[in-house]
Amino acid sequence: MQPDRAETLRDAVGLGLAVGLYGVAFGAAADAAGLDVWQAVVLSAVMFTGASQFALVGVLGAGGSPLAAVGSALLLGTRNTVYGVRLVPLLRPRGRLRRAGTAHWVIDETTALSLAAPDRAMAGLAFLVGGATLYLTWNATTVVGALGAAALGGTARAALDAIVPAAFLALLWPRLGRAFPEPAVQRRVALGGAVVALALTPFVPPGVQVVAAVVAVALAGRPRRAVGP
Amino acid sequence: MSGTWTAVLVASVGCYLLKLAGMSVPASWVEQPWVARVVDFVPAALLAALVVVQGLTSGAEIVVDGRLAGLAVAALALALRAPFIVVLLVAGAAGAGVHLLTG
Repeated sequence: MQPDRAETLRDAVGLGLAVGLYGVAFGAAADAAGLDVWQAVVLSAVMFTGASQFALVGVLGAGGSPLAAVGSALLLGTRNTVYGVRLVPLLRPRGRLRRAGTAHWVIDETTALSLAAPDRAMAGLAFLVGGATLYLTWNATTVVGALGAAALGGTARAALDAIVPAAFLALLWPRLGRAFPEPAVQRRVALGGAVVALALTPFVPPGVQVVAAVVAVALAGRPRRAVGP
Repeated sequence: MSGTWTAVLVASVGCYLLKLAGMSVPASWVEQPWVARVVDFVPAALLAALVVVQGLTSGAEIVVDGRLAGLAVAALALALRAPFIVVLLVAGAAGAGVHLLTG
């Protein structure tokens, strides 16, 4: 096997397995939020985009309305649209059916793997192998997490309650670091979102404060562009 | 059908359609500066809002319990570049510890 190919395969399978294991955390979070195993399974199988899945069960778990939960999931899902635009010239899926199938696996990890591959053929391989590994692992571990959490007692449930916000913090953390563009703005945006959400909590139905925080921060960010460098 | 199932199905199909849209619409539609801003910064606001709502609220009330201890140790673990799974484990341990201490 060529070194490029071996390396691409190793990266794709490695990342797919590593990230796929976090399906346990998602399954447990879904159970903690009051979803049944089937609902968790449908989310992992059909939605298949981790941050949106966590957001949906997070808002529902906080007692939020279905509308607020759907809104949060869709807001986080918009980045997959941009990934798709970047992947089309690389993967060139031909035909409606192949495009529909490819679209289902367009997520953070498969995009990163494809863009990091040395050429177009390797990008296609990385997408397919990484996507398949992650999809299978993520769905299997979702079931494990959902069933495992359902069997927990009081102390273990308190542990789970503490794990869910920590999981969101872990998803947020890398966006505030130097590897991301404009980390100072990211931090300001994150702080703004947190403050608005907390301030609105006593006054709005659960879950609405999450969507409201995003809208407020987006609106507050607009005039800043007009201010000098 | 329950509200939960409706949310699960609508959001699942919606998220899929967002993915499909990226593969189907002309690139120029999506490659607008304001789209790029939304995609770059919405996750930070949304995830931060979810951190505080999940960690500090219960219904319409602000509640301080083991979840805050979990967040504190999770932040420490993240600052020390601990892997994701370690972050979750220490947060869970802190939450369980506070539950045992406070009953």
